[in-house]
Amino acid sequence: MSKFIEERKNVVVKFAGDSGDGMQLVGMQFTNNTALIGNDLGTFPDFPAEIRAPQGTIPGVSGFQIHFGSTEIYTPGDACDVLVAMNAAALKSNLTNLKPGGIIIANTDGFDAKNLRLAGYEENPLNNESLQSYLLHKIDITKLTRESLKDNPLGTRDKDRSKNMFVLGFIYWLFNRDIKNTEAFLKRKFINEHDILDANLKTLRAGYNYGDITESIGQRYMVRAAKMEPGKYRSVTGNPALALGLIAASLKSGLKAFYGSYPITPASDILHELAKHKNFDVITFQAEDEIAAICSAIGASYGGNLGITGTSGPGMALKTEALGLAIMLEIPLVVINIQRAGPSTGLPTKTEQADLLQAVYGRNGESPLVVMAASTPSSCFDMAYEAVRIAVEHMTPVVLLSDGYIANGAEPWRFPTSDALPEIKVSIAKEKDAAEQKYLPYQRNEDLVRQWAVPGTSGFEHRIGGLEKEDITGNISYDPENHQKMVKTREAKIERIAKYIPKQTIDQGAEKGRLLILGWGSTYGSIRSAVRDLLEEGYDVAHAHLHYIKPFPENLGEILRNYEKVLIPEINNGQLIRLIRDTFLIPAIGYNKIKGTPITKNELKEQVYSMLSIEKEIASVGEI
Amino acid sequence: MKVTQEIQTSTKIKSNGSALVDQPLLSPKSFESGQEVRWCPGCGDYSILKQMQQILPDLGLKKEDIVFISGIGCSSRFPYYLDTFGMHSIHGRAPAIASGLKATRPELSIWIITGDGDGLSIGGNHMAHVLRRNFDLNILFFNNEIYGLTKGQYSPTSAENSITKSTPYGSLDHPFNPLAFALGADGSFVARSMDRDPKHLQALLKIAHSHKGTSFLEIYQNCNIFNNGAFFVFTEKDSKPVHTIFLEHGAPLVYGVNKEKGIILDGYTPRIVELGENGISTNDLWIHDETDRTKSHILSRFFEDPRVEGNFPRPFGVFYREERSLFEQRIWQQLETVKQKKGLGDLDALIAGNETWVIKE
Ligand code: SF4
Repeated sequence: MSKFIEERKNVVVKFAGDSGDGMQLVGMQFTNNTALIGNDLGTFPDFPAEIRAPQGTIPGVSGFQIHFGSTEIYTPGDACDVLVAMNAAALKSNLTNLKPGGIIIANTDGFDAKNLRLAGYEENPLNNESLQSYLLHKIDITKLTRESLKDNPLGTRDKDRSKNMFVLGFIYWLFNRDIKNTEAFLKRKFINEHDILDANLKTLRAGYNYGDITESIGQRYMVRAAKMEPGKYRSVTGNPALALGLIAASLKSGLKAFYGSYPITPASDILHELAKHKNFDVITFQAEDEIAAICSAIGASYGGNLGITGTSGPGMALKTEALGLAIMLEIPLVVINIQRAGPSTGLPTKTEQADLLQAVYGRNGESPLVVMAASTPSSCFDMAYEAVRIAVEHMTPVVLLSDGYIANGAEPWRFPTSDALPEIKVSIAKEKDAAEQKYLPYQRNEDLVRQWAVPGTSGFEHRIGGLEKEDITGNISYDPENHQKMVKTREAKIERIAKYIPKQTIDQGAEKGRLLILGWGSTYGSIRSAVRDLLEEGYDVAHAHLHYIKPFPENLGEILRNYEKVLIPEINNGQLIRLIRDTFLIPAIGYNKIKGTPITKNELKEQVYSMLSIEKEIASVGEI
Repeated sequence: MKVTQEIQTSTKIKSNGSALVDQPLLSPKSFESGQEVRWCPGCGDYSILKQMQQILPDLGLKKEDIVFISGIGCSSRFPYYLDTFGMHSIHGRAPAIASGLKATRPELSIWIITGDGDGLSIGGNHMAHVLRRNFDLNILFFNNEIYGLTKGQYSPTSAENSITKSTPYGSLDHPFNPLAFALGADGSFVARSMDRDPKHLQALLKIAHSHKGTSFLEIYQNCNIFNNGAFFVFTEKDSKPVHTIFLEHGAPLVYGVNKEKGIILDGYTPRIVELGENGISTNDLWIHDETDRTKSHILSRFFEDPRVEGNFPRPFGVFYREERSLFEQRIWQQLETVKQKKGLGDLDALIAGNETWVIKE
């Protein structure tokens, strides 16, 4: 039967099920498919911290949200249009986020007595009036999956595992998509497991065909390609993008990359990604602990390589002493922190931006280093590359902050070609320079950068370490004047890097005005979307987003003073705001959400409305 | 500086040992850094430094290819006094730093300098892992059974009941047996020497260097300020013959003033015997075999308090050595294998990934 196809500008779909239901895979496949047809998109995977959280319960629900459209998309979306609920708990935990009139696709098999009890339902919501205000599609996915696999030799348990492909097939049908790229993906993934491949392909098609044959669903949707800048695109998530940035920087600088790391959520995917690419001469070293991870990277850098380590908040805490050593040694080192909600073990799979002050200050003694932050999945590539460039050219540790939200979130990426990447200048002392004069390890150039001399270079034998150095010679020194001088020099060296980073720009809005929203890190998408709306609504707002936090861009102070008010939204209790107030002495206002989830566009808009309407009230009182 | 000039006037060579012509003749003096040595007068560290400087010229290494990496503690000042590359790092972490260096620069000769606190207390975790991985590194473990730099607290190797600054009523901790630890972590070379036997120490340093793999050499070192004489029973002339046994591969285990005592192995039980008594000759004794893992474990347990009646002599020399593949070699081989299988990486292809699409003007 022919069905009516309705065109939509943008849609939010949430896939939710038990952590064993394969919703993440469905989400990623749907994301790739969406990217390939040219929609702009943003995603947000949300999964439990436990690998096998109790089945059927609300804490065990794993979700994947995707926002796609023919317009610019910067966030995974606030509320959903379509909710796929594989069981009762998935419905219960996501229903509040479904728009009125939204579509529910419910797997009836996941609403049996046990599932209902575990989710805390007294009666089956699929069979009473409670879902009246939504468009409910009840499908017995388990039964239909088994039926479509009658001829497949796999056992029932294994057959049931391809349920998620039924869902994916059905959603492809609903959005009028082509299933070829997922078929190709499955053929690659199960190249050696014929029966599993067969089961997945059959179920995928069964899901698609179900849409065509069922009488109960008369409506399909389509979203046209977005107008995006011309160019070649791919879909990318933050952690792999970051890993690619590191490899690119290694090849462009000619320095062998060494990644020392200890597994930790949500940073481990960087280790996994790098370990795949050994044909790019990347050495990955899974160290015995976080301390060994950073120390091994320091050892690699000391030997004239690109030493990198990556972790998340608690691991960062363990690395701080070694970071101090790298600061004293003044060698290049890139330290990646994929932030998660803390303190301590905190909420390992939830997102937060609360390690900024740790990155800037969290070490003993006066210990300045460079701090940068990525803002979107694809910017992880650019910032990783930048982190290497600054570390190598300025002989300093660089902390690059990302977070769980962008690490796992996807977006289309107009990726660069390798020849468009900026040069990374490496200057390692050569043997022939030795004859000219005796090597003085802490002699500096005009940017206060010392020369990198590595073992194996005759004439450059020298000893360095964590004890305070005498200026120029690098000999141990306990002299008070020298200590003060060295502390000041190390700080000045970092501050001077401001000359070598891009000037701060205004992302949207006027160069001067009432309100500047200043963000950093993963809040970029929400702020951008909110400001776009607010500008359309006629509000005098602008958005600037920081990627360089220590040192700040040279022109930041000037920009901040061009606005009457500065609002700083952060997923923490107010950290950038302290740095801004401290550095520029301005009365910035904070907006802080610390719930382990991103700030949404609407929350931010509400905040701006209330700030500006309070002003209106005050202004009108003044008029009387 | 005379030393530097000496080196500079000689012809330099770049090759990795293939054409060793005109290599500057290095002497022990070439390895003095000129830094004022700051250990307490009489400290055992002086002897270890001296023996190291003595043997370095004989190793056939170029100065620039040698790196000393230490942690924190009295012993860890060592790198400052040698004119090679060196890093005085942070407490306990030298093995981890050395691992990253060796993984990326396998051609370097890397020496880890550590002590009982640095290596087995704060850095115990790294010590275990560096041993099992088996990089080609040398670990010199200066054991003085005390914390010297922090002025006299008991260490993880101090005997039970030690009276120290932090244990005025005696320490309650059970001490580590460093060689049993190293063997337990699958160290591929495990040996012991002492500061007060220069010849033995020099020989052991050379053997440790020649071993391909992680060499763990424990060196009994006298801290004359906070733990004076901790090892005198093993190091001083009058007691040394009775309380020590010097291991030699293929030779029977004999000791004593007149080499009149020996060790036999009765099943898995070692026993002290008098040669000549009950018809026992050297032919009946335990013949030391450095490659015998089981026996090395038994030897490492010759560890009783020497004041205990009927105690076994403390062994010195190489307890165990095995040829095992090197971690850095495995790393580089894997890089090669993957490169051969997948071909050299193409950066643009990597950035583009598997699925791309084009948006036209
Ligand atoms: S405190 Fe002991 S170990 Fe340290 S330098 Fe003095 S004598 Fe040597």
